[in-house]
Amino acid sequence: MDKSMYAIEVAQLTKIYGKGDTAVIAIADATFQVKPGELVAILGPSGSGKTTLLTSIGLINEPTHGKVVIDGAVVADEGWTPGLDLKRLRREKLGFIFQAHNLIPFLSAIENVMVALEINNMSRSEAKNRATELLTSLNLGHRLNNYPTALSGGEAQRVAIARALANKPKVILADEPTAALDTENGKNVMDLLKKLAVENHSAILVVTHDHRMVKGFDRIFQVSDGRIIDEETNGN
Amino acid sequence: MNLAIRDIRYHRGRFILTSIGLGLLLGVVMSMGGIYRGLFADALAVLNFTKADIWVVQQDTNGPFAESSRIPEDIKYRIKAVPGVAEASPLSFQTIQIERMGAQFRFFLIGYDLDGFGGPPEILAGRNIRQKHYEMVVAKGMKMAIGEKIRLGLHDYTVVGITGKVVSSGGDPAAFVSLADAQDIQFKKDNDAIRNDRERIGANLSGIQTLSPAQAKFLKQNIAGITETTHTVNTIVARLAPGADLKEVQERIRRWNHFRPISVEEQTKILTKGMIEKARMQLGLFRIILLVISAVIISLIIYTSTLDKIKVIATLKLIGSQNRVIVGMILQQSLLMGVIAYGIGYVLILLTYDKFPRRIVLEPFDLQMLFVIVIAICMISSFVGIRKALKVEPAEALGG
Repeated sequence: MDKSMYAIEVAQLTKIYGKGDTAVIAIADATFQVKPGELVAILGPSGSGKTTLLTSIGLINEPTHGKVVIDGAVVADEGWTPGLDLKRLRREKLGFIFQAHNLIPFLSAIENVMVALEINNMSRSEAKNRATELLTSLNLGHRLNNYPTALSGGEAQRVAIARALANKPKVILADEPTAALDTENGKNVMDLLKKLAVENHSAILVVTHDHRMVKGFDRIFQVSDGRIIDEETNGN
Repeated sequence: MNLAIRDIRYHRGRFILTSIGLGLLLGVVMSMGGIYRGLFADALAVLNFTKADIWVVQQDTNGPFAESSRIPEDIKYRIKAVPGVAEASPLSFQTIQIERMGAQFRFFLIGYDLDGFGGPPEILAGRNIRQKHYEMVVAKGMKMAIGEKIRLGLHDYTVVGITGKVVSSGGDPAAFVSLADAQDIQFKKDNDAIRNDRERIGANLSGIQTLSPAQAKFLKQNIAGITETTHTVNTIVARLAPGADLKEVQERIRRWNHFRPISVEEQTKILTKGMIEKARMQLGLFRIILLVISAVIISLIIYTSTLDKIKVIATLKLIGSQNRVIVGMILQQSLLMGVIAYGIGYVLILLTYDKFPRRIVLEPFDLQMLFVIVIAICMISSFVGIRKALKVEPAEALGG
C-alpha cells in the first residue's frame, strides 16, 4: 500500500522524559500504521505509556526520536518538523475525545460543537448548521441548548464525539473515552466510534485499559512498559 | 463565538456580585475625586462669587480666610479713590457655632454693605436683604425656612431669602447679613461689659494726677469710643475699572504701609496651596491607594477566574484554538468587568453625591481620566491571567 494511504504512520517513535540517570523511557520504538476508517485500540495498564503514545501522535508531546506522519504530512522526524503549525494541524486533521468529555461548562451542547468549527474559521451560521446536523445524528437533537451539567454522562460524551467530528478530521484520538461511563454507556460509545470509523472514513485510535470495550476493533495493540508487545488483528 | 460573554452569562451571579463590589470601590474612588474637587470649589466659593479683583487686608497677614485680618471700615473710601478702582466694598466674615434644635449648628456669616457687592450671588427663594438690620439670607445648605428666626449675639435675625450653595473654605454653609449687623454680632459687647470697660477706663484715668477732670473726661470718652467701635471689617474687596493695571493699583495701596492688597491669583494660591494642601494631598494619596487596591483585586479576580478555567483553556488549546481566542476571552472579561464596575460606581456616585455632607464636584475630565485608568488597570491586570493561560499545556486536558 502507498504510504500516503495511511492516516497515521508511526516509525520508531520514542519518548524519553528527563535526562541522564533520571531518564524514563515512556515509549520505545513504536512502529505502526493506521488506515483511514480503521479502528485501533491501544490497550495496556496504567503507566504503560499508552497516553504518551496518543499525545505524541496528537501533536501535544514532542517525540524524542522517531517519525510521525499524519494524513501524509510528516509532523515529527527526530523532533517536530520545523515551521509546522501544530495548532492548525490539530484543528484540521485531528479530533480528540477525552476521558471526562471535557465539554466547556459555560457553552451549551451546540455551542461546544460550534466552538471547534468557529476556531477553524467556519462562519457562525455554517457552524450552527453543521453542529445541529452532527448532534441530531447522534440523537442529541433535543439537547442542543442544554449545558453540560444538564446532560447525562453518555450524552455529554456523545457531544464530545460530535465536537471531535466537527471538522471532519482524518484522525480521531480517544483517551479512555469510556472511563467515566457505566458499562452500557461505555459500550454504546464504543459502538458509535466503530460506526463513525466506517461512515466518516476516519482513523480512530482509542487508548483504554479496559479490554472488554475493544471487541470488534480492527486492531488492538497491547502496550507494556512503553513497548508494543502484541498486536491482534480482527481480520477485517 | 464570544467565549467571554458566554462565560459571564453562565456565571452571571458571580460576575454581577464581583462587578458590584468593584463598582462600590470605584464609586469611593470617584467620590474621593469629587471631594478633592469639592475642597477646591469650597475653598474658592466666596472668592469666586465675590468677583473682586483685589482683597485688601491687614498688613503682613494672609487674611481674611487663612489668617485673621482687621482693618477699619472707612478705608473703603480711600480705596475707592485709588485710580483704576471701579468699586470697593467692605466684608466681614466669621464662623458661628450655636445650639439649634438640640444640635450644634455651624455656619459662616458674611456681612456685606447693602450698597456694595459681596452679597448673596443669587436668591432661590424669598428676597434679598432690604432693611439694614435683623434680616438674613441663608444658603440652602443651612436648611432654614423663610420667616425662621435665629438669635445671634444680642438680637434675633429673620430669614428673608435662600441663596444657593455658598460655603466657607471649611465647607460650612454661608449666611448673609448687613455689614452693620455682622459687625454688631462680631464686635458689639453687651451692656454689662460696656459699663465695666467704661468704669475701668475711668478708674485708670483717675489715677493720672496730671490730668484735669475735664481732660480725664475727654480722654475717657475718646478711649471708650475707640474700644466700643464696631466699624471694623476683615477685608475690603475692590473691582478694577476696565483697562486698569492690577500691579499698579496694588503698589499704590501697599505704599500706605498698613494694608496688604492681595490679587485674586494670590488669594487663590493662599486658599488652595496653603489651607487645603494637606487635605488635598491626603485625598490624592487615598485615591492612589484605592486604585492600587482596585488593580490588585481585578488581578486576583482575573487570575482566580483563569485558574478556574485551566481545563477549558487546555481543551481549547488541544482542539487547536488560536492564542488570540484565549487571550481575547480573558481580556474581554477583564475589560467588561472594569466597564460595568465603572458604570455601577458612576451611577452610585450620581445618586448619592448631593447627600454627602461636603460638596462633591464631579468633573467630566476626572471621570474620563478615571475611566482610562480603570481600562488600563483591567488590561494590565488581565496580563497575569493571560500569562497563566498561555503557559497551560494542551496535555492538561487529558486525564480525569
